[in-house]
Amino acid sequence: MEKFTRITSIAAPLLENAIDTDIIFPARFLLLLDREGLGKYAFNEWRGEGFVLDTPPYDTAQILVTGENFGTGSSREQAVWTLADKGIRCVVARSFGEIFYSNCFKNGVLPVRLTGADMDAVEAAAEAQEPLTVDLEDRCIRLPDGRTIAFDIADHHRRALLAGLDEVGTILADHAESIARHEERRRASAPWLDLPQAKLDALAEESA
Amino acid sequence: MTGRTLYDKIWEQHVVADFEGGDNLLYVDRHLVQEVSSPQAFAYLRQNNLPLRRPDLHIAVADHAVPTRRKGHPFADGLAKRQVERLRENVETHGIAYMPMNGDRHGIVHVIGPETGFTLPGCTLVCGDSHTSTHGAFGCIAFGIGASECASVFATQTIRQARQKTMRVNLDGGLPVGVTVKDVILALIAEIGTGGGVGYAIEYAGSTIRDLSMEARMTLCNMTIEAGSRVGMVAPDETTFTYLKGRPLSPEGEMWERAVAAWSDLKSDEDAVFDREITFDTSTLEPQVSWGTTPEQTGAISGVVPDPDRIADRGRASRVRKSLAYMGLTPGTRLNDIPVDRVFIGSCTNGRLEDLRAAAAVLKGRQVAQSVRAIAVPGSAAVRIAAEAEGLHEVFLAAGFEWRDSGCSMCVAMNDDRLEEGERCASTSNRNFEGRQGKGGRTHLMSPQMAAAAAVTGRLSDVRELL
Ligand code: SF4
Repeated sequence: MEKFTRITSIAAPLLENAIDTDIIFPARFLLLLDREGLGKYAFNEWRGEGFVLDTPPYDTAQILVTGENFGTGSSREQAVWTLADKGIRCVVARSFGEIFYSNCFKNGVLPVRLTGADMDAVEAAAEAQEPLTVDLEDRCIRLPDGRTIAFDIADHHRRALLAGLDEVGTILADHAESIARHEERRRASAPWLDLPQAKLDALAEESA
Repeated sequence: MTGRTLYDKIWEQHVVADFEGGDNLLYVDRHLVQEVSSPQAFAYLRQNNLPLRRPDLHIAVADHAVPTRRKGHPFADGLAKRQVERLRENVETHGIAYMPMNGDRHGIVHVIGPETGFTLPGCTLVCGDSHTSTHGAFGCIAFGIGASECASVFATQTIRQARQKTMRVNLDGGLPVGVTVKDVILALIAEIGTGGGVGYAIEYAGSTIRDLSMEARMTLCNMTIEAGSRVGMVAPDETTFTYLKGRPLSPEGEMWERAVAAWSDLKSDEDAVFDREITFDTSTLEPQVSWGTTPEQTGAISGVVPDPDRIADRGRASRVRKSLAYMGLTPGTRLNDIPVDRVFIGSCTNGRLEDLRAAAAVLKGRQVAQSVRAIAVPGSAAVRIAAEAEGLHEVFLAAGFEWRDSGCSMCVAMNDDRLEEGERCASTSNRNFEGRQGKGGRTHLMSPQMAAAAAVTGRLSDVRELL
């Protein structure tokens, strides 16, 4: 996964609330099997003249500034892939859809939650086309006028982004034994949770 | 020590390891695999040369992309066909049980999970699909995950997760005639908002819940994600056990007895403290319809399209203005004067036998309005077979509905069934987002009986006038 330490870019203002996953990445493109090259479908139905990400200088923005509940809706990780492929490395919002939020960290995209005067300042800078610096190491956004806006982020999320960590690799390396132990415990306490292969085969066969 | 909630109890039983900062490594008992969110997760295994740890804890089905007119029809969309074939190849490679498109066990993941007994109380269940919340109706922790998390489940049978806060929603007062659990959840979302549940696992409780069938509980938990909560759950009871007994993957014999004994303890303690608790009186509810492009933009059928100029909150007003422009609606229009072009009865929200029965009861002896094209899509082959055994398909067909094979169909514009630009649809699905049912399509969410009423009158209608 691509590391995230610090970026400096202008921020594209897309100041709507509850922009859902179907707007970020319409369902019909979910039929594509690869995750590369999805950036061209981002916000597909809204694209074109007048849309902020198609309006220079915002078309090269690496930061997106938006409203409440960004990414609400489906679990599709494509909503993050499409933004990342389009070059968006950081989304600043008043709040996020939960699955979208956690998907960001798997893909080198930093979601930042801000509210109140902090958010107002970032929105104003975005609209004034002023470059912002998002600094994950220091957990803050720096405005051109020297102001610093701190943001909260869970420690492990921060570390994962900074190091570009692959979570699955880490789990396998650190927890293989605990997983096996858990399975043994479970076999004793809730044996019905193990599905006999014969039953599964019968089900698949019955359905053929 | 204060009591614990149902959610906390099940969560604690599945913790494999603790991380600094409070996250847990959570063991996953059940993973439902479908064609849309899995290709990239399988690719991850390939690229990293990793085995799939526990194929016996997965079942797979293609539901989103499949056509719902199958017999005698070729698979028209090349991309969709390729996606379904890819799933098949992947599950064969890894030894996962697969329910083929033309078999009797096919269906939407959230319909076949419960139907086969794959979904059980007390388990953790995930799927790369947000409506996985449906399965919480059985008293398990079930939630949607992203593709990277699917890869984690494939390779490790665990995912790293933060425990949610808990919210109890007490539904009391029972349901008036013509009002269903779909109306309850729509009204609840209208009240708390699509962000109202973010960060919480919701447990539904109260007298209204205890009287609900498993189907209705599934509808409720299904749409919990529309309130922003990944998890919705109902404590298991006799209704749950009766539903599960004898399902193909349910435990049997002595194992069944042991399981039921354990499941009977799955409830929040009397003195459990929830982070938030709300009570919602269902006794005076009216049938609901959505009028906007987010599920919270919903109102009672007797109401009118709201006027954004009268909404004080600027953000909300702007969102309403935008929704109405997309929906082609004028403030002040009575909701039951809005004409529809299409009717869709189906989806993982309302594509079960009980839903089809309720719609058929309205349709019996009536005709779909001439201007309307209507389809009924059973959520699974088993639902279709059971419906046909009771002759429900004849009621739909006689009324002028199309009767289809199982799949997600018009809930999501990923297969042959979709709205054309500007078409307006009365739909029993769960999302009225822009473009959800097709580019430029306009969705009004409602219960199956309300959709049936719209089909016969050709406009959004109060089903109570037809009962
Ligand atoms: S029916 Fe709709 S909501 Fe349910 S799984 Fe299919 S696409 Fe998703």
